[in-house]
Amino acid sequence: MKDNVKEMQRKGMIRDSIFLGITLIIAIILLLIFPDRREAITTASWEFFIEMIWILPAVMVLMGLFAVWMSKETVIKYLGKTSGIKGISLAILFGALPTGPLYVAFPMAAALIKKGARISNVIIFLSAWACIKIPQEMVELRFLGPKFMASRLVLTIIFVVIMGVSIERLIEWSDKKASKSIGGEDDASI
Amino acid sequence: MNSTAIFINIFALGCLIVSLVKDRAKTKQSIKVAIKSFFRILPTVLIIIIFIGLLLGFVPPSVISKIVGEQSGFAGILLVALFGAIVHIPALISFPLAGSLLKSGASVAAVAAFIATLTMIGTITLPLEIKELGKKMALLRNGIGFIIAIIIALIMGIML
Repeated sequence: MKDNVKEMQRKGMIRDSIFLGITLIIAIILLLIFPDRREAITTASWEFFIEMIWILPAVMVLMGLFAVWMSKETVIKYLGKTSGIKGISLAILFGALPTGPLYVAFPMAAALIKKGARISNVIIFLSAWACIKIPQEMVELRFLGPKFMASRLVLTIIFVVIMGVSIERLIEWSDKKASKSIGGEDDASI
Repeated sequence: MNSTAIFINIFALGCLIVSLVKDRAKTKQSIKVAIKSFFRILPTVLIIIIFIGLLLGFVPPSVISKIVGEQSGFAGILLVALFGAIVHIPALISFPLAGSLLKSGASVAAVAAFIATLTMIGTITLPLEIKELGKKMALLRNGIGFIIAIIIALIMGIML
């Protein structure tokens, strides 16, 4: 499981660096062809660079702290055994903590399923991890304003819960259908 | 420096101090993780920053609003949603891009659709998701995720 994540990160790093090289070359060529646009482009880029450089290190420190202190084992332990409203809230909360990219969460989700956690909670956890991260919400607030950030947050929570529950129903329904069509009565035996 | 940056830095500093008081070794490890992830994300940050500069320097707001603005309607939203689903940008740095698009004439619904599909759906990470969680669950999550992303975007377009 760890190798998958490592491999993903290594590949991503190489891909990003190649893209950065290409972008730089294109930008330099465009700047040389259109010298009159040079100032507008560099000013806009510089402004965003300054914005990001003030925010990024702090976000990374937060992510590092939570990644080390909130171990995977803790999350799996608590999320694996709770259900109902409490389980849903916990799944959103754990997902929203400032931790790494989504592919880090897949092995955790797989471990949760193996431990017998509810599918709805696992889906909610994954989706919260993807969409609602605490430092991300702060950056969203900065660049898109309080109204946009708040309404997206509320809507995302509502729909993520709906999605989690409906995917659980769908998977249970199709599993049942599959086991019936085989002819086994393993519903009761599991 | 703006209030968000000040707040997030104070918050991070506070957490860092608490962590340092509680466990020195763990704090050291956290900083290591932080530095590593900083350099991992840096190329993408620079790409987005250059891209925003080029976008604002070359593409006039009238063109942006034509493609992803109010008048582009549902097709515009769908286009942005598909784009968001395919590209692989950390959400954190998509917000400056989304913000500048919004300021230069993109509609709220289109920008919301972009952020929603970008965060919710991972086309590049899909093989890994299938490997870890199985085909059924991974495809359902991404498929239904795309639909709810568009619903969220449409509601936000009406609300804001």
